Amino acid sequence: MGGPLLKAEAIRAGYGPIEALKGLSLSVAPGEIVTLIGANGAGKSSTLLCISGIHPIRSGAIHFDGERIDKLPAHDIVKRGLVQVPEGRRIFPRLTVLENLQLGAYLRKDLDGIKNDFERVFALFPILAERRAQAGGTLSGGEQQMLAIGRAVMSKPRLLLMDEPSMGIAPVLTAKIFDTIRELNQQGLTILLVEQNAHLALQLAQRAYVLETGQIVLEGPAQELLADPRVRKSYLGEE
Amino acid sequence: MGSEDAEDQREGGRELMTDSEVLLQQVIIGLSNGMIIALIALGYTMVYGIVELINFAHGDLFMLGAFLALTIAGALGLDAVSEGALFSWGILPMFVAAPIFCGGVNWCVDRLAYRPLRNAPRLAPLVSAIGVSFVFLNIGLLWGGLPMEVFNMGQTAAAPKDFPALVSNENLLGESDITLTISQVLVFVITVPLMIGLSVLVRFTRLGKAMRAVAQNPVAARLMGIDVDRVIGATFIIGGALGGVASVVYALYNNTIYFQMGFRVGLDAFTAAVLGGIGNLPGAVLGGLVIGMIRALTDQYIATEWTNVMVFAVLILVLIFRPAGLLGTHAQEKV
Ligand SMILES: Nc1ncnc2c1ncn2[C@@H]1O[C@H](COP(=O)(O)OP(=O)(O)OP(=O)(O)O)[C@@H](O)[C@H]1O
Ligand SMILES: [Mg+2]
Repeated sequence: MGGPLLKAEAIRAGYGPIEALKGLSLSVAPGEIVTLIGANGAGKSSTLLCISGIHPIRSGAIHFDGERIDKLPAHDIVKRGLVQVPEGRRIFPRLTVLENLQLGAYLRKDLDGIKNDFERVFALFPILAERRAQAGGTLSGGEQQMLAIGRAVMSKPRLLLMDEPSMGIAPVLTAKIFDTIRELNQQGLTILLVEQNAHLALQLAQRAYVLETGQIVLEGPAQELLADPRVRKSYLGEE
Repeated sequence: MGSEDAEDQREGGRELMTDSEVLLQQVIIGLSNGMIIALIALGYTMVYGIVELINFAHGDLFMLGAFLALTIAGALGLDAVSEGALFSWGILPMFVAAPIFCGGVNWCVDRLAYRPLRNAPRLAPLVSAIGVSFVFLNIGLLWGGLPMEVFNMGQTAAAPKDFPALVSNENLLGESDITLTISQVLVFVITVPLMIGLSVLVRFTRLGKAMRAVAQNPVAARLMGIDVDRVIGATFIIGGALGGVASVVYALYNNTIYFQMGFRVGLDAFTAAVLGGIGNLPGAVLGGLVIGMIRALTDQYIATEWTNVMVFAVLILVLIFRPAGLLGTHAQEKV
C-alpha cells in the first residue's frame, strides 16, 4: 500500500519555442483533493494536458498507479481511469445530453455499471435528466459544466483532473459545482483541481501547489497556503 | 423550351411525347444520375466533416473502382445480359470487390498520405491529396493498358472502355413513351438502402457517435478514450466503400468508363457536397439530386453546352444566399 496515485517528475513541455512547463513535479495520493493554482498562462492547463496524454512532454516522467503513462496515447490513459474535465468544458455541442454522457462511457462494457452511473449522474445533476434529449450546445454555461463533469463520471474515473470548473459561470452554480466535487471525493474519487478561484479551491482541497511560469513555487497543506502571506497577496487579492 | 426541341433530340423515331412526359423522363434521368453523384459526394463530405480535408483523390478512387469492375467482367468473361433476363449474376462479385478495394485503398491513403500531416498546416494535406489524385489517375491509365480483351488488349490505354450491359436496358414500362430501365431501378435499389444504412450508422451506433464526437471536438473525443486515428480510418473506409459501390453502379448505368471519369464525376460530386453544405450528410444527397436534375433539365431544355454553366451558376447563387450550403446551418456544421 501507499505510494501516490499520480506522480509527475520534472516534466518539461512547450509549444514550439515557448517553454510552458520547466521541470514541474507534483503528486496526488489516493483519496485526496489536490489543487493547482496559478495566474493566467502559468501552465496549469498544459500540466493537465500532458498528464492526459493530449500534449507530449519533452522530458521527465509521469506515473499513474505505479505505471509509466507519459508515452501512452490519450485513449489508453483514459482506459486506466485517469479522466479529465477539460478547460472550457468541450462538450459535444450537436450531440444530445444523453449522447454526450454515453460517450463518457465509450470504453466501458459493464452495462449494469453504466446504468448505475447514469443514475448517479442524474442524481448529482437532476437538470441533465430533464434536458437529456436536448443538444449539448443549447445548455447554459453552468449546465454545460455539469454535463462535462457528468460525462467524466461516466468514464468511471479513479483520478479526475478538473480544469477551472468555475470559469465563466454564476457564483451560485460555482458553489453547487464545488459541493459536487466534495461529494464525489467523499464517494472515493481522487481529484486534481486546477483553479483561478484560489480561495474556493484552497478551502476545498487538502493539499495545494502554486504554479508560476511553468514551475512549482510553493506547496503544502491547503490550510497553510491559505494563511501564507505570499499566497494571500498574489492569489487572494489582499495587499 | 418546348416540345419541338425535345422532338429533335429524340432518336429512333418514337411516338411524339407530350411536354409532361418529356419532363418526367428528364426527372427519371436526373434522379438516377443524381443518386450516383450523391453516393460519391458522401465520401467527400464524410472525410471533410471529420478531418476538414477536401480529399481530391476521392473521384479518382471512384474511377479505380470502375476499372476493377471491368477487370472482373473480363476475368469472368461476362457478356451483355441475355434477352429476357433482368441482370447478370456477375455483378455480385463487383458489388463485393469494388467497395472492399476502394475502402481499403482509401484507408491506406489516409494512413500514408494524410495521417502524418494531421498536425501540419491545412495546405499540406490538401497538396498531398492532389498528389494522390495524380497517382490514381496514372494508375488508371496503366490499368487501361493491360493486355486484356476488355481493355482492347492494351492497344488504347487512354480511350474510353465499353462496359458490358450486365443489367437489362429493357423498358419496365413496356410500350410507354417514358423509359424506366432496370439499370435505373438498380441505381435506386442500391443507393437508397446504403444511404439509410449510413444515417443509421452515424446516428445510432457506437462508431457513429464516435465519428460525430471527433468531428465536433477531437480533443474532447480523445479525453473520452476515443482512438481518434482509428475513427478517422474507419471514416475513410466507409467513404471509400461508398465510392466503390458508386463506381459499379455508374459503370452498369452508363456502360462506358474512362480514366478521367474520376475528375469529371468527382467534380460534380464535390460540387454537390458544397452545394448541400460540406460536412453535412443529408446535404450531400440533396446536392447530388439537385445537380443531377440541373444537368438533365439543362440538357433537355437549353443545350448540353450550357449544362456546366448552369451547374456552377446555381452553385454560386446558392453560396451567395446560403454561404454554408443548402443544409449547412453555419460554417461549423459537420457530420
Ligand atoms: N496551443 C498553444 N500554442 C502556443 N502556446 C501555448 C499554447 N497553449 C498554451 N500556450 C502557452 O503556454 C503557456 C501556458 O499556458 P496554459 O494554457 O497552460 O496556462 P494556464 O495556466 O492554464 O492559463 P489560464 O489560467 O489562462 O488557463 C502560456 O504562455 C501560453 O501562452
Ligand atoms: Mg488554463
